[in-house]
Amino acid sequence: MSNLLDVQNLWVKFPTRTGVFDAVRGINFKLGQERLGIVGESGSGKSMTGRAILRLIRSPGIVTADKMDLEGVDLMSRTEKEMRAVRGKKISMIMQDPKFSLNPVMRVGQQISEAYRLHAKVSKSEAKRKSIEMLEAVAIRDPERVYNMYPHEVSGGMGQRIMIAMMLIPDPKIMIADEPTSALDVSVQMQVLEIMDKLVKERGMGLIFISHDLNLVSSFCDRVLIMYAGRVVETLAADKLHEAQHPYTQGLLNSLPRLDAPTDRLQVLQRDPAWANEPSVSA
Amino acid sequence: MSVSDTLPKPGLREWLLTDTPTSRRHAKATVIYQAWLSFKRNPMAMIGLGILVFLVLVAAFAAILAPHDPFTQDLAARLQPPLSEGYILGSDSLGRDILSRLIYGSRITLYIVTLVTILAPVVGLFVGTIAGYTGGWTDAILMRITDIFLAFPRLVLALAFVAALGAGIENAVLAISLTAWPAYARIARAETLTIRNTDYIHAVKLQGAGPLRIIIKHIWPLCISSLVVRVTLDMAGIILAAAGLGFLGLGAQPPSPEWGAMISEGRRFILDHWWIATMPGLAIFTVSLAFNLLGDGLRDVLDPKDGTS
Amino acid sequence: MAFASDIIKGRRKSPFYRVAVKAVKTVTAIAVTMLGLLFVTFFIGRVMPIDPVLSIVGERASQEMRDAAYVALGLDKPLIVQFFYYITDIIQGDFGKSLRTGFPVSDDIKRVFPATLELATLGTIIGVSIGVPLGVLAAVKRGSWIDQVARVVALIGYSMPVFWIGLIALMVLYGKLGWVGGPGRLDIFYEDIIPSVTGMILIDSALARDWTIFRNAISHIILPASLLGYYSLAYISRMTRSFMLEQLNSEYIITARVKGMSEAGVIWKHAFGNIKVQLITVIALSYAGLLEGSVLTEIIFAWPGIGSYITTSLLSADMNAVMGGTVVVGLVFVLLNIFSDLLYKFFDPRAK
Repeated sequence: MSNLLDVQNLWVKFPTRTGVFDAVRGINFKLGQERLGIVGESGSGKSMTGRAILRLIRSPGIVTADKMDLEGVDLMSRTEKEMRAVRGKKISMIMQDPKFSLNPVMRVGQQISEAYRLHAKVSKSEAKRKSIEMLEAVAIRDPERVYNMYPHEVSGGMGQRIMIAMMLIPDPKIMIADEPTSALDVSVQMQVLEIMDKLVKERGMGLIFISHDLNLVSSFCDRVLIMYAGRVVETLAADKLHEAQHPYTQGLLNSLPRLDAPTDRLQVLQRDPAWANEPSVSA
Repeated sequence: MSVSDTLPKPGLREWLLTDTPTSRRHAKATVIYQAWLSFKRNPMAMIGLGILVFLVLVAAFAAILAPHDPFTQDLAARLQPPLSEGYILGSDSLGRDILSRLIYGSRITLYIVTLVTILAPVVGLFVGTIAGYTGGWTDAILMRITDIFLAFPRLVLALAFVAALGAGIENAVLAISLTAWPAYARIARAETLTIRNTDYIHAVKLQGAGPLRIIIKHIWPLCISSLVVRVTLDMAGIILAAAGLGFLGLGAQPPSPEWGAMISEGRRFILDHWWIATMPGLAIFTVSLAFNLLGDGLRDVLDPKDGTS
Repeated sequence: MAFASDIIKGRRKSPFYRVAVKAVKTVTAIAVTMLGLLFVTFFIGRVMPIDPVLSIVGERASQEMRDAAYVALGLDKPLIVQFFYYITDIIQGDFGKSLRTGFPVSDDIKRVFPATLELATLGTIIGVSIGVPLGVLAAVKRGSWIDQVARVVALIGYSMPVFWIGLIALMVLYGKLGWVGGPGRLDIFYEDIIPSVTGMILIDSALARDWTIFRNAISHIILPASLLGYYSLAYISRMTRSFMLEQLNSEYIITARVKGMSEAGVIWKHAFGNIKVQLITVIALSYAGLLEGSVLTEIIFAWPGIGSYITTSLLSADMNAVMGGTVVVGLVFVLLNIFSDLLYKFFDPRAK
């Protein structure tokens, strides 16, 4: 499996009034045509990693890496103009809550068409046709009607599917999903994930799935990275999670309630400050 | 004198900066102190505060500071330019010292500010919280009344008012306050509506608190910070409005050294004796600016969610 | 009967019904506010003065005139009846006669109002064309020197007494330098030459193709309009900046960048697109503020608009004129406020 993404020694720093805050501290990983999960709590640096890949972090944030290659081509040295050709076309990202991540005064169909026309010189009607096709692909019934709706008129699940359609329409190679189901009702989460799964597989894409939900990630992804305090503390195949060796991962696993192994008391995660200072595990 | 002599003694400072207050008074003190520290960091706001403190001092010590009596006329020394002997800022058409008149005029400015601050926000707070808390018909009627007064352009209403009641500084203040209170009522009402539905108000009600107690002890304190910011920012405009009325001759009557009236007096002589009208205008501008700076600084400290600065 | 209620139920869902309801509600709101306004002016004009007759007929009236006025004004009737007459008069456009000019106040107002409108409109145009780009720039380049300059510009605008700066500007730019025209709308010898179609000299002279007069009018209006424009742009730029910052911090902006949109597209198509509605409200309010600000400006520049009219009438104790002018300005204010409210609801899809 060839590498779509190769990241080495990625650092994300934010200078503040009281010193420099390191959000991401020297992590390494590779991504192929697979589903890679990044799991961590708030502040672990997982979202920052996603944004750093797309070079969305603006000053005063500082992003450095020894290597950040997309299909062998370096991303770090690209100009902003060149990155715009990468964003959307090669790598795209869906975010947590479609209520906020969709433009509230623009019809959703137009937003999808816009995503398409940013990378392909086609007419408006052609873009509309393709957008409606895309809406069908994400299992939205009556796509013509939905095309003309505003974001506040659609439900959460539908909004997320619209986001997926919008982000997949330029046919990127990699999709980053930043907590894509965290704002959805549990009943809807599965639907959205299924659609994501289907499309990613169909198109042979690489997926980075960022979440705080270890269970969800392990059932959905092929490989999992566990992040803590800006570093990767462990990496495993998703079906081998029970073989986790790092105490943080074990702590996470043990603090989840299980039907098949009921306990009297759920374990509370004990944090060891030493974890923050270990070098990152390469993935 | 070293720096440590000017700070509150170590014990007091720690007490004010602690994360774990021991009583409600203590908690309030920490909040105020930390707000003050935050405010201090804003140089513009401090300048504004400094100017206003200076204004108060000048008004208080006017008798000592003013080189001349503001009403004494000396026709031999009329229309002296600035930096002439004995008349640092020049003299007007009746030979009165402009600097002295400015100094005494600061008292009038402070008088206006104080009166409006007592009238308008207080009325607004009352109306707004009662309307917001009571709801129903009371709310609807009070809000209609508020809207009606809001519908009036401030200066025009003040003009109409003064036309009916006659000129004079109290009437001018009354007129300005009449147009100022609706904005505060709106703010107070909006805050009341938000707070009214919180759980802790429900809790207090369940404990048996009546509406008056709830409004006074719980709702008013929370409205205060937004009101303070708004009043301070408005004060700049109020001073300008009062000066405008004074300019039209509708505020303090001559020979009172009200700054707006002084500009009007100097208008005839503007071409060759520019200082008579210019100096009072600079004073008005400075005080207005000070209130704007202070208000901006207060907003940054008290309403950080506005965080668009 | 069941049939009728079905029809009513069906009606209730039709958009026509909903629009009609909304229209009725809006008109009622305007009417109530105007009623309140009229009540306040009635109160100030008739109830508050110690001697309302005096302010209507003037000091030199004979006793007979006073008695006649007393009856004509209905002052012998109860207040409620007086108020009723007052309202009916005003609805018909009768504001009474001006003590000072001798003409009906409504005629006077028709004559002077366009001058103020011209000034306020030009001022708003200046304010918007400079204020909006400045505000956007300050938001996009937040913290930069442009942002600081914009802040200083606005601060000065909020703190400056308009009549004072007008006086000084007139003295310097006209008195000393001769760069702009003097007080008044035109040089004296140009007055009353072109036919008055709209009452706005810039438009009328353009319609009459009289470019000399047009240029002269510009030289006279440029200074007061710029001053008012400065006030306008101080407010508009601050509000624009505030709105833009709010938008630029939103998630959908990140989405737009993720899609690969250029920064210009993000700023103008997405962020600015979201504030357009709020801006219209701000502009309407700013226009209303300029109408008010022109009162003092008109005095300085001897501009024969409604502000001068009210003030001069006031100094002559001409109550009818003062009240008439106040009612008209108040009405425009109310309409502008309602207008901006409506526009907001009309254009913002979330409000539908």
